[in-house]
Amino acid sequence: MTFKTIAIALAVGSLAGGAALVASYGSSAADKSGIPYRDGEYETVEAPEGSPLSELISGYYFRTPETRELQDDDFMNPAFIWMEQGAELWSTVEGEAGESCASCHEDVEASMKGVGASYPKYHEASGKLINLEQRINLCRTESMQAEPWKWESDELLGMTAYVRHQSKGMPVNVSIEGPAAPFFEKGKDFYYQRRGQLDMACATCHEVNYGMYIRADLLSQGQSNGFPTYRLKWQKLGSLHRRFRGCNRQVRAVPYANGSDEYVNLELYLAWRGQGLPVETPAVRQ
Amino acid sequence: MDRKLLSAVAAVGFVSVAAVSAPQAPKAEELVAYTVVDYAIPEPLTGEPGDPERGRAVAINRQLGNCLSCHAMPIPEQPFHGETGPALHGVGDRLSEAQLRLQVVNSHEINPMSMMPPFYAVEGRHRVAENFEGKPILSAQQVEDVVAYLKTLKE
Repeated sequence: MTFKTIAIALAVGSLAGGAALVASYGSSAADKSGIPYRDGEYETVEAPEGSPLSELISGYYFRTPETRELQDDDFMNPAFIWMEQGAELWSTVEGEAGESCASCHEDVEASMKGVGASYPKYHEASGKLINLEQRINLCRTESMQAEPWKWESDELLGMTAYVRHQSKGMPVNVSIEGPAAPFFEKGKDFYYQRRGQLDMACATCHEVNYGMYIRADLLSQGQSNGFPTYRLKWQKLGSLHRRFRGCNRQVRAVPYANGSDEYVNLELYLAWRGQGLPVETPAVRQ
Repeated sequence: MDRKLLSAVAAVGFVSVAAVSAPQAPKAEELVAYTVVDYAIPEPLTGEPGDPERGRAVAINRQLGNCLSCHAMPIPEQPFHGETGPALHGVGDRLSEAQLRLQVVNSHEINPMSMMPPFYAVEGRHRVAENFEGKPILSAQQVEDVVAYLKTLKE
């Protein structure tokens, strides 16, 4: 991880020396936007081999001080309402087998550390790629013999966030090789496919134009390292697939279903585009 | 059922009377054929000359042109102009009417990598939402109105 501020501070310093000759007004503090990316004060992670991005930047650095403050403090972060529910459900016995998550996985901090950073993952028994939500529901239906939680339910969001939070600060680390490779390729195709009446691909905004405003919205790299995320617009914790649906609708395209193969493939490709970024779950975004 | 239908008709009638001058989204219909010559469309798409005032309204409207999403424009009453596209101040000096027309109709014919949506082309679209299936973003007249407005942007 490199800290850009230092290099930029040095560059600004040398520029300021020259600029002092022609301009004697304005301090650098007054010119700051408060948005780290725009102010050149953000952390980057080296992009994985083959990445089209020159550096990886979390969506955190594209947000206002107010939004970042909510994420920085667990007591202010509204997502913790769902996290607490997740913690309670961890040891709640449900289903025919009379078991809870804790019956098998015991201490969440030990057993789930790093798990959320590695999904989506190839699931050998079904021959499919599955994401964390689907892994949780497989535990419910197969091991606990309980009903699966509905997509976007408070229970599934809370448990997904709670499990992924155990990887907070750890680098996103998905496998795109071996059996995961074909799913990765499909996710990549999705990312570059123009769609909808507006004829835009994910890449149109998040690869080519990140860091720039469209109206009042600052485009980020569209990284997924903070999901499930509390979005101020939603006033709720929400899944990555919900966000995909919103993006697809914005370009006037038919969205796919939450949990669809198409979105799980895209989720893997997107995770790889952020390979190495620290997990921030539960992040707060605008 | 009948009552519902009647009130819906009444509501639609009311809306269209109340919003006589408001721009309407185009309907699915046969698109006007056009000829591209040297990266430009010399002939207007409609017989009615473009109206720059209507064009300005279409440019602002978020459901229609939504030009401000990506371009800074001399429209000071609207906050938050986007910056992914070039600023359009003086675009009427830089591009001819015919060039402006192709840029609005289908910028992909000029630059296939352009972010700008094709505003009057429907072919080759992928998974278009039902409401918009087969429809261009702007009607032929709205394209002419926007072109007429852009022509007025002189420096």
